[in-house]
Amino acid sequence: MKPEIDPPRDHLDEALIAPGQTLESVTRTISDIPLKHPYPRFWWTGFLVAFALVMLLLTSIAWLFTRGIGIWGVNVPVAWGFAIVNFVWWIGIGHAGTFISAILLLLHQTWRTSINRFTEAMTLFAVACAGLFPILHLGRPQFFFWLLPYPDSMGLWPQFRSPLEWDVFAVGTYATVSVIFWYVGLLPDLATMRDRAVTRFKARIYGLFSLGWRGDARHWVHYQKLYILLAGLAAPLVVSVHTIVGLDFAIAILPGWHSTIFPPYFVAGAIFSGFSMVLTLIIPLRAIYKLQGLITARHLDLMAKVMMATGWIVIYGYLEEFFNAWRSGDIFERFVDVNRAIGPYAGYFWVLMACNVIAPQFLWSRRLRSNVVVLFVVALMVNVGMWIERFVIVVTSLHRDFLPSSWGMFHATFWDYATLAGSVGLFLALLFLFLRFLPAISMTEMRGFVAKKGTDS
Amino acid sequence: MKTSIYGQLAAFPSEESFRAGLLGLQKAGCVQLEAYTPYPIEPPVLRGATTPMAGIMFFAGAAGAAGGYFLQWYGARDYPLNIGGRPLNSWPAFVPITFEMMVLTAALVGVVALCFLAGLPRLHHPVFADPRFRRASQDRFFICLRADDPLYTHEDVRRALADAHPESIAEVSA
Repeated sequence: MKPEIDPPRDHLDEALIAPGQTLESVTRTISDIPLKHPYPRFWWTGFLVAFALVMLLLTSIAWLFTRGIGIWGVNVPVAWGFAIVNFVWWIGIGHAGTFISAILLLLHQTWRTSINRFTEAMTLFAVACAGLFPILHLGRPQFFFWLLPYPDSMGLWPQFRSPLEWDVFAVGTYATVSVIFWYVGLLPDLATMRDRAVTRFKARIYGLFSLGWRGDARHWVHYQKLYILLAGLAAPLVVSVHTIVGLDFAIAILPGWHSTIFPPYFVAGAIFSGFSMVLTLIIPLRAIYKLQGLITARHLDLMAKVMMATGWIVIYGYLEEFFNAWRSGDIFERFVDVNRAIGPYAGYFWVLMACNVIAPQFLWSRRLRSNVVVLFVVALMVNVGMWIERFVIVVTSLHRDFLPSSWGMFHATFWDYATLAGSVGLFLALLFLFLRFLPAISMTEMRGFVAKKGTDS
Repeated sequence: MKTSIYGQLAAFPSEESFRAGLLGLQKAGCVQLEAYTPYPIEPPVLRGATTPMAGIMFFAGAAGAAGGYFLQWYGARDYPLNIGGRPLNSWPAFVPITFEMMVLTAALVGVVALCFLAGLPRLHHPVFADPRFRRASQDRFFICLRADDPLYTHEDVRRALADAHPESIAEVSA
């Protein structure tokens, strides 16, 4: 007989891992992917496609450095084009990793265990892609270090009161702390890789990076305290980073940007896009590498729910923007919103509505949500939608200024698209290398999870 | 020769038998004990295994925040910008960078502290010489009774270790 009420928590935990998994089996399943390199055909095809795009990125950057940012479509009044759109998009994608690793760890959500390593790696690579764009957009990228406070011979300081300078510190800290968090999590797993490596060369390389970790009980005590404290630091950090990105816009007096809703709405949008990217990547990977026993249907279900919840916060942000524009009585604010919906970029706006507002609503149905194809398509649409959202925010606000005499249009060039595609290639190429050489799921945490389950039952 | 022995290394197939073995040795009065587990076990089993990590990271974070604020305050004085007579020490604008510097410093110092406290990196260790120890990072639990323990050769201790029914037990050389 099926119980009517929700099953107790333990049963839900059961659904997070296939039955019959042991310490040995989870270790073997996860470590075999980098050590034995199964499905080489998939890996090489994927990696070579991504690598070709990396070459496109390098070509675009070389051409940019030769000719300057005039090769892009940016011009007055739209001086912030694809570079800023891509920056905000990538950094947003990067937020899911830290959210899953840090915030869900602090909230004791055990389901994070089998996806946190992968999403942390995703965070790192997304932040690497994001970090490229502001530097490329500088015009004179060779002077990027002028953004840092150092005792220069000009006697000048960076403008510490500017959100763009806060960005330098926020993104720099975020990238560094993400690397630290990821590497500390990897340490015991690198030791496992060292001990399972089949060749002496591999054992030495993994051994070197594991710093000689040997699982000493005293070391674990230091380690666990460090890990939980890093999570405690990363949780507010992830909120601060996208808040500051939101402030980049909100502090400007431009209509459509000058709004207090921006920081929270940007943070929610970041987690929304991050979860959609996790789903986009994990759905095909778990099928190809046959990881359904570790990343179960329940994981996908929970991620879909987080995506919907953050999606609704984003929808609230959209409504709030319109409401505030109307309620403020400011004709410029009102004009921006009308212009977004029926102006020259109306097409983008309605695609954005379809992708971010309509598409996720299909996930209310449990049947559709548990269909991986539907979930994958929705996640992909949200990825596109979140890119367009940033495009709408950046371009439609800038192209119609206070004075009609300074109005203009933004036309993206081939190099704009090439740089965007190239950054996607860089992201994917780094992910393929990660899958090839490092354990994509935390073996240590999975062993702890298996052991805990064993003693509970 | 006695000096070349590092200790007795016993392997256990499960967390329960490992815990029982460790408890037995601790009851017998052994002090120079080492334990190795493939995942962190709760609660910690070794007596006296505490960590000053929280304090270290707190002070590092406080120093980072203070340093971050000082940097901005000093910069504002060293190159003053008079914007409508607003105060140079414009603290609300200095909050984000102060926060970021706190997080950055605490995280960096935390990792350095882990290496320092755990004595890492240490690529060579006597227990690595034992081929069984490869499974310490996978699915076996190890107890090492070091040779410098005063009770190392005591019979009760040997019996306590044997009573816990380890999967295997062998001496490792230093």
